[in-house]
Amino acid sequence: MLLEVKDLRVSYGNIEALHGISFHVEEGEIVTLIGANGAGKSTTLMTISRQIPHVAELGGRVTGGSILYQGEDLLQYEPHQVVSKFGISQVPEGRRIFGNLTVLENLRLATYARKDRDQIEKDLQRVFDIFPRLAERKNQLGETLSGGEQQMLAVGRALMTRGRLMLLDEPSMGLAPVLVRDIFETLKEINAEGTTILLVEQNANMALKLAHRGYVLETGTIVLEGSSAELAANPEVKKAYLGG
Amino acid sequence: MTLDIFLQHLLNALQWGSFYALIALGYTMVYGVLLLINFAHGDIFMVGAYVGFFIATFLLGIFSNAAAPLPTWASLLILILTILGSMVITGGVGVGIERVAYRPLRERGASRLYLVITALMIGILLEYLNLSILGAADRGFPELIQTKIYTVGGVSFTNIKLLVIGLAILVMVILELIVRHTKIGMAMRAISYDKVAVPLMGVPINAIISATFVIGSALAALAGIMYGSAYHVLSFDMGILIGWKAFISAVVGGIGEIRGAMVGGFLLGFIEVFVVALGQIPGFEWLSSTYRDLVAFTVLLVILTIRPTGIFGVARRQKV
Repeated sequence: MLLEVKDLRVSYGNIEALHGISFHVEEGEIVTLIGANGAGKSTTLMTISRQIPHVAELGGRVTGGSILYQGEDLLQYEPHQVVSKFGISQVPEGRRIFGNLTVLENLRLATYARKDRDQIEKDLQRVFDIFPRLAERKNQLGETLSGGEQQMLAVGRALMTRGRLMLLDEPSMGLAPVLVRDIFETLKEINAEGTTILLVEQNANMALKLAHRGYVLETGTIVLEGSSAELAANPEVKKAYLGG
Repeated sequence: MTLDIFLQHLLNALQWGSFYALIALGYTMVYGVLLLINFAHGDIFMVGAYVGFFIATFLLGIFSNAAAPLPTWASLLILILTILGSMVITGGVGVGIERVAYRPLRERGASRLYLVITALMIGILLEYLNLSILGAADRGFPELIQTKIYTVGGVSFTNIKLLVIGLAILVMVILELIVRHTKIGMAMRAISYDKVAVPLMGVPINAIISATFVIGSALAALAGIMYGSAYHVLSFDMGILIGWKAFISAVVGGIGEIRGAMVGGFLLGFIEVFVVALGQIPGFEWLSSTYRDLVAFTVLLVILTIRPTGIFGVARRQKV
């Protein structure tokens, strides 16, 4: 088991946002967490990446449970170590690219902890092969990119950390359907090349088409789990998340 | 005003502006990364000057020989050791303050207002620590470099003046290169834009913040030693006014921008020196030197009215 979240509890102030959730991700899988706004999906990813509780602005804290990555508890580590030591990258909600840095600088910053210079250049070329638009705009500031291009950059940045596990928080948000399809197609390729993916989505339709397995999160509790086919066929899921 | 007199004042202005610029860099770097106005920074300049004073006095005691004056290589060595030693120790003081006073507040998610007030208190603390430990008497900074006066045409200048200006410009170029072209510099700029996403890049935020404080404080120490070498008088409150003015320079230049600190510092130096210089010209006698700060700050206010973000500053979009 690559990642195992056990009975994880997270609170913001006095309000508990995750009421002890458990799920796991196997090596090579694409697993999705689907759920409505406010279900706790982003909180889950930010806790795995240790932004909660280390980024004070987010205001959350872990009150119980564990996050095991190949048996080691991530809750012992600092946020940057989750990336540099364990190779867990994240494409955050809202993309959060650095608008005051160029596209190339955004990608280079993601290699901060890496020392393998030659491989970095190869990875950079790979990102530009996957997203030729980024190559065209590599010297432009991040804030001048369109929403779709920013999402490409956010995914490219995660690839540049050379993580084994990529967490994605609503990569479809705010994008035209055509772009969403492109991004999801790319995710499939990235996964085929060996990166395990944990995908958080409101767009359950797309997510279940891509993922092998999924979990349904409702107000801080996992209410359903199963293979993507099972979930897609489940009447409750259909009603609540698939529009019929 | 003849050309040589103008050049004379220009050199004075460049030297005076160098102090502002070097101190303004510390304000602007910390602000660029943390959006914190580190009001203790003027007093870090004072600490740097005093640490330099003690190192220099100590080294002079070792090297000095009653029989013969110090050879040039020895005084040069002392100068370099004093600068490096004070930069290292003052850098440590700066990062120590960050660890003890600012970081705990940041980690609790305290509002920036509390951080600014803490910074003000740290500044006062440093001043009165100095006063209570070392007493109220001013210290005379030893003459590390034999002052030499050169005259070219009608313009005379000292070697110290050239050294101050040269070092200030060199330091700013190096700093701009670091911020623009190294991974640490990239990380500094990224933190100022979005703290939430930076750790996702594998960047240790606290290490970057520490580096920022070390660099800023070390530059203040450099300014302190240069100031001591040029004016030879140190006092516990020497950092207050110059610190405030350097802060204003940073704001006028565009706080958060390295070039802004440089331009703002030199600009303030120019205005101050030339207001006094103009007062010596027939017809301008009414412009006595007491008008210096009035004119300087009026000009800066006008600049800020026209460009509220400063000369090089860009408006930050508030992200939610």
